[in-house]
Amino acid sequence: MTTTAAHDVAAVRLAGGAARDELRAVRMVWRRELIRFGRNRLRILTSLAQPVLFLFVLGTGLSTIVRGGPVTSGSNFRTFIFPGIVAMTVLFSAIFSAVSIVWDREFGFLREMLVAPIRRSSLVLGKCAGGATVATLQALIILVLSPLVGIPFSAPLLIILVGEMVLMAVALTALGMVLAARMQQVESFQVVMQFVVLPMFFLSGALFPLTGLPRWLTVLTRLDPLSYAVDPMRRAVFAHTTSAAHFASISPGLSWFGWRLPVGVELGVVVLIGAVALGIAIVQFNRPD
Amino acid sequence: MPGDGDSALAVKVEDLEKRYGEIRAVDGVSFEVAQGETFGFLGPNGAGKSTTISMLCTLARPTGGRAVVAGFDVVKRRAEVRRRIGLVFQDTTLDDYLTASENLLFHAELYGVQRTGLDRRLQQVMEMVGLWDRRGGLVRTFSGGMKRRLEIARGLMHSPRVLFLDEPTVGLDPQTRSHIWNYINQLRRQEDITIFLTTHYMDEAEHCDRIAIIDGGRIVVIDTPEALKARIGKDRVEVRTDDDEAAMRGLLREFGLEATLSEGAVTFHVAGGEEFVPRLFAELRVPIRSVRVSRPTLDDVFMAHTGRTIRDAEASSAERNAASPWMRAARRR
Repeated sequence: MTTTAAHDVAAVRLAGGAARDELRAVRMVWRRELIRFGRNRLRILTSLAQPVLFLFVLGTGLSTIVRGGPVTSGSNFRTFIFPGIVAMTVLFSAIFSAVSIVWDREFGFLREMLVAPIRRSSLVLGKCAGGATVATLQALIILVLSPLVGIPFSAPLLIILVGEMVLMAVALTALGMVLAARMQQVESFQVVMQFVVLPMFFLSGALFPLTGLPRWLTVLTRLDPLSYAVDPMRRAVFAHTTSAAHFASISPGLSWFGWRLPVGVELGVVVLIGAVALGIAIVQFNRPD
Repeated sequence: MPGDGDSALAVKVEDLEKRYGEIRAVDGVSFEVAQGETFGFLGPNGAGKSTTISMLCTLARPTGGRAVVAGFDVVKRRAEVRRRIGLVFQDTTLDDYLTASENLLFHAELYGVQRTGLDRRLQQVMEMVGLWDRRGGLVRTFSGGMKRRLEIARGLMHSPRVLFLDEPTVGLDPQTRSHIWNYINQLRRQEDITIFLTTHYMDEAEHCDRIAIIDGGRIVVIDTPEALKARIGKDRVEVRTDDDEAAMRGLLREFGLEATLSEGAVTFHVAGGEEFVPRLFAELRVPIRSVRVSRPTLDDVFMAHTGRTIRDAEASSAERNAASPWMRAARRR
């Protein structure tokens, strides 16, 4: 045997496996997401290109045909879709962050996390917090563009929007984690994009009012979790524009069987969906491999 | 915190078993590893090495038997075991987009290492593997050998009692392999640590204090490399002939020697191999092209106990794996 007196081994002590350790683990997973996001300039740039295209190219282009309708100017149409585009930014970024766990699985780092002496739920919480932070940061960048689409800067509006963005980001990242838990290969990401993310975006009312639609479409939009996140943001934006009453008349917002949902209920739905998704994600990642 | 077993033992395994359906990947193995020992599992791919290590590291649940690592039962006290072991896998588990030191610090966070003394530990383990100068570099830019060294350093960050190295040098070129071994040997001198490694390289097994030869999910023999070789007591003779079949028949008839055909040479073991060569030429009536006599190696030990060389075993297990895609899948997990 080759053991000599242990020379000068820098002593490290392990803490006792308490809640503090779990919190440290959550914080580490969260920080890792932020560092990886910060180092990936290309991801930041590409993720901003899409909302800008939607807002200024699609928004301007479509405004020529909607001009005859209730939305009377191009600027107004862009104002209308702006909250939807912010929601889209949060949606894409949150799902992408959550699904990146499949990359972690493919390239091994997930294993490093799974073998650590910490609860799986701490990993899920950290990943969720990280994905939500990144998604909120990206949407914040889009928020800076708001004066260009006729929404004046105002501190109260900003606070409300950021709060709603955070809620939405957490819920969507949790939802993404549920999807990622079962995914074994990177290629599945395309499937999630086509069959989950895009339908969620189109049905959410991000691009058109959710009133006066055919029955089948009305039902689908009410089943879309994102609808309950877009509507509160749109209300907040409308309330802060000069033509609030006009907007309210063309887009009266979400209702269940004729009952106009209060903002509190809508946000409650978002929180509920997020909490349930988080719970499912934790259960799924707790399963032994 | 009280452990479940003998604290002088780093690893204690009794009748450990892992079945995947009908396949017995590990078929009842028992052994003990003392604190501070370097213990090697030697065997061909698919012999059950990785499965055993997975069970000892609490990554796979045994279907039978019992294992105590660093004083704790691997099934009942998973977290306690995990806190006290370091792991280096066959496939890299580093984050490419983080720097070398970030990977190590994140590991320390995950393992709940207290912040006092953390910086010194970071420097110590990185200097040990010769990467302190590259601590700020992104892992993406590292070579395969550097990554493996970094993973060894990471496995040591939380000062584990047992360090598990699963094929620590697989896929690396010979020069890098010998480098890695220099670092591992230095680590054995510097830290009071038990090392448990698996390998299918004979020369690597020579570094171990004791080795267990494993084949077909069972331990064939356990001892020090020297004792294993001494126990054979015979030299290895490889003969190349014009007619291998006739030569093998002749060896059996004239000398009572059982020979096998391995890598194109008739191979057998005999005491006093060099003195045997003249008799071979005189009495074996088959044209001989060349003769090679060598002292027993671990290869011969493996052959003496399993009836084939480790390379032959690899080849046949590769065929089996190719035939069954499930084997690959099962191994990856």
